Amino acid sequence: MNFWAVSTEIFILVIMTVALAVDLVLPKKETRRGIGYLVISGLLAALVYTFGLYHTGPSMTFFDGLFLEDNYALFFKQLFILGMLFSVLFSLDYVEKNIKSPGEFYTLLMAALLGMCVMASANDLLTMFVGLELMTVSFYVLVGQRMDVPDSGEASVKYLVVGAGSTAVMLYGISLVYGATGSLDFAVICRSIQMVFSIGLAGIVLVMIGFFFKLSVIPFHMWAPDVYQGAPTPVTALLAMGSKAAGIAVFMRALYAAFPLLGGYWIPLLAVFAAICMVGGNIMAIRQTDVKRMLAYSSIAQAGYMMCGIASADAAGMKAVLFYAMLYVFANVGAFAVLTCVEVYRGGTTHTHLTGLAQSAPLLAAVMTVSLLSMAGIPPTAGFSGKMYIFTAAVERGYLWLAFIGFLMSMISVYYYLLVAKAMYRDLTPEEETANTAFRIPFGVRATVLLSVIATVGTGIYPELLAMLTNLASQTFMR
Amino acid sequence: MSEFALTHAWLIPLLPALAFVVIGFFTRLDKSISAKIAISMISVSFLLALGVLAAVISGPITMDNPLIQKVLWAKMGTLELSMGVLVDPMTAMMLIVVTTVALLVQIYSVGYMEHDPGAGRFFAFLSLFASSMLGLVISVNFLQMYAFWELVGVCSYLLIGFYYYKISAREAAKKAFITTRIGDFGMLLGILLLQITFGTLDFMELKELVPAYIWISGTGFMTVVGLLLFIGPIGKSGQFPLHVWLPDAMEGPTPVSALIHAATMVVAGVYLVGRAYFIFSALPAVMTVIAWIGGFTAFFAATIAITQRPFKRILAYSTISQLGYMMLALGVGSLTASMFHLMTHAFFKALLFLCAGAVIEAMNEEADIFKMGGLRHRMPTTFKCMAVGVLAIAGVPPFAGFFSKDMILAAAAEVSMPLYLLAAATAFLTAFYMARLLFVAFFGEVREDCPAHETNSYMRMPLVVLAVLAVVSGAWGHFAGFGEWVYFGAVQEEHIDFMIAGSSVLLTLIAFALAYEIYVAKRFSAHLLAQRFGILYTLSYNKYYVDEFYTIVRNTFVDKLGAVLYWFDLHVVDGVVNGLAKGVGCLSCVFTALQNGQAQRYVAVFYCGVIVLVAYSVFCAVRILNLLGGAF
Repeated sequence: MNFWAVSTEIFILVIMTVALAVDLVLPKKETRRGIGYLVISGLLAALVYTFGLYHTGPSMTFFDGLFLEDNYALFFKQLFILGMLFSVLFSLDYVEKNIKSPGEFYTLLMAALLGMCVMASANDLLTMFVGLELMTVSFYVLVGQRMDVPDSGEASVKYLVVGAGSTAVMLYGISLVYGATGSLDFAVICRSIQMVFSIGLAGIVLVMIGFFFKLSVIPFHMWAPDVYQGAPTPVTALLAMGSKAAGIAVFMRALYAAFPLLGGYWIPLLAVFAAICMVGGNIMAIRQTDVKRMLAYSSIAQAGYMMCGIASADAAGMKAVLFYAMLYVFANVGAFAVLTCVEVYRGGTTHTHLTGLAQSAPLLAAVMTVSLLSMAGIPPTAGFSGKMYIFTAAVERGYLWLAFIGFLMSMISVYYYLLVAKAMYRDLTPEEETANTAFRIPFGVRATVLLSVIATVGTGIYPELLAMLTNLASQTFMR
Repeated sequence: MSEFALTHAWLIPLLPALAFVVIGFFTRLDKSISAKIAISMISVSFLLALGVLAAVISGPITMDNPLIQKVLWAKMGTLELSMGVLVDPMTAMMLIVVTTVALLVQIYSVGYMEHDPGAGRFFAFLSLFASSMLGLVISVNFLQMYAFWELVGVCSYLLIGFYYYKISAREAAKKAFITTRIGDFGMLLGILLLQITFGTLDFMELKELVPAYIWISGTGFMTVVGLLLFIGPIGKSGQFPLHVWLPDAMEGPTPVSALIHAATMVVAGVYLVGRAYFIFSALPAVMTVIAWIGGFTAFFAATIAITQRPFKRILAYSTISQLGYMMLALGVGSLTASMFHLMTHAFFKALLFLCAGAVIEAMNEEADIFKMGGLRHRMPTTFKCMAVGVLAIAGVPPFAGFFSKDMILAAAAEVSMPLYLLAAATAFLTAFYMARLLFVAFFGEVREDCPAHETNSYMRMPLVVLAVLAVVSGAWGHFAGFGEWVYFGAVQEEHIDFMIAGSSVLLTLIAFALAYEIYVAKRFSAHLLAQRFGILYTLSYNKYYVDEFYTIVRNTFVDKLGAVLYWFDLHVVDGVVNGLAKGVGCLSCVFTALQNGQAQRYVAVFYCGVIVLVAYSVFCAVRILNLLGGAF
């Protein structure tokens, strides 16, 4: 029992417990903002701590190899912690104003983070399933945290209903795989000949569907727009980056570690679904006027881009996906921080609410634009480098058509991303001019947006730094 | 200190870039703070450049043994893009020249732009301009150089069009940008060919690879590459036939003209040829082309300059002519002479332009030299500086131009007599039109309505510094052994060929005397002379109708073709694009209509997906079984 291997998870568990305890101890009338600060400082410490865990030698394991702490897992854990850290930072005001019981909210966030971290390290289908459910169940509750808005509750129920169906399918798939191979360990599954029969193949495909649901891949995406729109904005941000990245992390590990010999079976499948996602997500995003809903569709498309990288099934593709997942966090943090701030002051996130932002809060408008351009893949933002790495990997694998669809759809995506910029920057009519009052940008939001925009542009101009980190991360995996 | 400067040479372009960002984003509206930021940043760059120079002089760095620092910028498959710093004596010399001139120009601009509300923007652009030129100078590979090369182009566009509310300025900015873009396109093709052939753009690697390649497969293909590469410098350095943008670039504020024409943009082309000299010098055909284009441009521009009337336009043609000299020197195989002339020219041409700015400002924007006169009484300091500049450019010993021009003439004489004669004739013409400029504007009677007055000290100080440099830089370069320092292949010995030097000094003096007779003593009537030369005068005065020729070509070919393509674009391309956009919009309607908000439907769609995928897996399993032959 090497407890060092789970030290990150223990760290997060401690933060969660302390948050819960403080919430119980604090008098009822007292503000819960302090818990937010506590969580932020705890996560910051955890982030710094995880840098010390990178290694070049053999990776640590826990529970007889069920839990693997390699650089790949560490990279994703840092990604989750970073995303969570910023989400808490920019939503301090939002939580205070809109969430009824902030203490529970923070505790649940930590629970979701714990689930994500377990997923990143999972080296066996059952560990993976436990992590997945810990995260998903936390999110069911988190999505419904806005008691004052009916949409939030509705979104929560829809997420639960569809999610339950997906969980059932996935669990069935796991049982089929177990039936075929007699084990849940990735390494054993990998070696088993039984997987080539219909029971094994059906098992793989059902497990994949579970992930497709998490990644909101078409046609398993129907929940995404409603949930993204209804959920509290910081939770939407975490759904878009954390939950999705966690899905990617364990999906990629399962495919590469448990089913690598069946590549001929799942690679074409993945390529086709990547194409469907890129086309469908981008086309459906065009007509959205609520930015949160638009980002839901755009996140479907982004999942498609990342699946292109997974489909290339080699070290270059993996690095590209890691790179893309990280820069997607940067871009999302920027965009959602702005949306949260706008929602707090203007009560909504549609194009109308964003109108005139360039005059009333130029910083927010600029960051929003840069973040969206990064998602669209326009240089010199990080999105450009990320897309280039992904499509290069896909082309080298022989998927020229996939890369071509990717290019084409990136072009279409610029349209709806720039619609948002247009709403913020266009000239105002006199009535709008008077209604367009400046507002105070809280310190947390200011810090978040500045850091995110620096990260986005910095990574775009000098991608090599992050690329080296992804190199390190894929090193212990693809030995 | 000098070690620090050497290892931190990357700061030199970065600091002005930082000034651009800070001014552009924060202090744009406050001109005094903007000016302070810009000047302090370029001053630090200047100090660092001095440190680099000291380190290069005292250290082991030579042309064959440069200092290189590189970082990997991006890596895609086998393609590695890096950027970095290459320091050799040529770089050190350029860094000094660019930072000196940029610093002085910025100080001068404090005075010149005093009453302009857009001064903050102006300093931001100047900083970016200096930064891109400095970045170009320290490039380690063609890609980095090309990026900064284009940045320089963008900055020139922004600065020439600085008075964007004037139509002529806008037109001039466009003309400069488009004309140089034509050159850049050729250069880009050349760079791409290099990348495809050698798989690298790094100067040091190419230096090893290119001679071997030429040795194995001859000069045929590389000649094409060399010519393509040279098209870039033709555009950027204003060589015939792409020189037309340069005189129009006068539309920008005068300090910009000084910066563009002296130290930055136009010498970028010369520098590029110098940097890639290991390619050009191995290709005799390309060298001949360079030499003749340079020689012809020098003579051609000089003949135009003798009849022009606006102050800055004369200087602009003289710039073209002097750039022709530099190209000529490169073409006849003397990198040393070219770089030496580049340095001295930077100082005296910046001086001349800044004097022009002072005069034009003092004359309330009157540019015609024949409407000036007697300015030496009103503006004594400016007059003295101007006189130094004129003597320097005309090549009177011991001023700077004498040494560098003599070196070029000597180099040309060694290679080809016709080229030498062309260069010598140009020297004569140069002395004549510069003397004409000086005599007409500064001598003679003071006009009664002349508003001229001496300028403020911000503008005077740079003039004096540049005048000193215009006096000493040539002699310093000559006696301190410039040729042992910046050279290609073998070290070039410093010596003065008295035959050549004597004859060119004699020609210069004759030209001065002639100009004096015509324009001061008025022994010959300038009018009569103009009539006597008739058609030649008209040709020269109208700049050989090159612009008109281009207009006709454009009207007949480009515009007609444009009209056809426009129709095609409007009806066919737009039709397709709009149709596609409509189609995408409709698709979007259909898809989003599926999303009706009912969880039942969501689950139904979900399970449809499950059924399809399970069917696929069973299909695959059956296929695998068939492959195995149904043994199980």
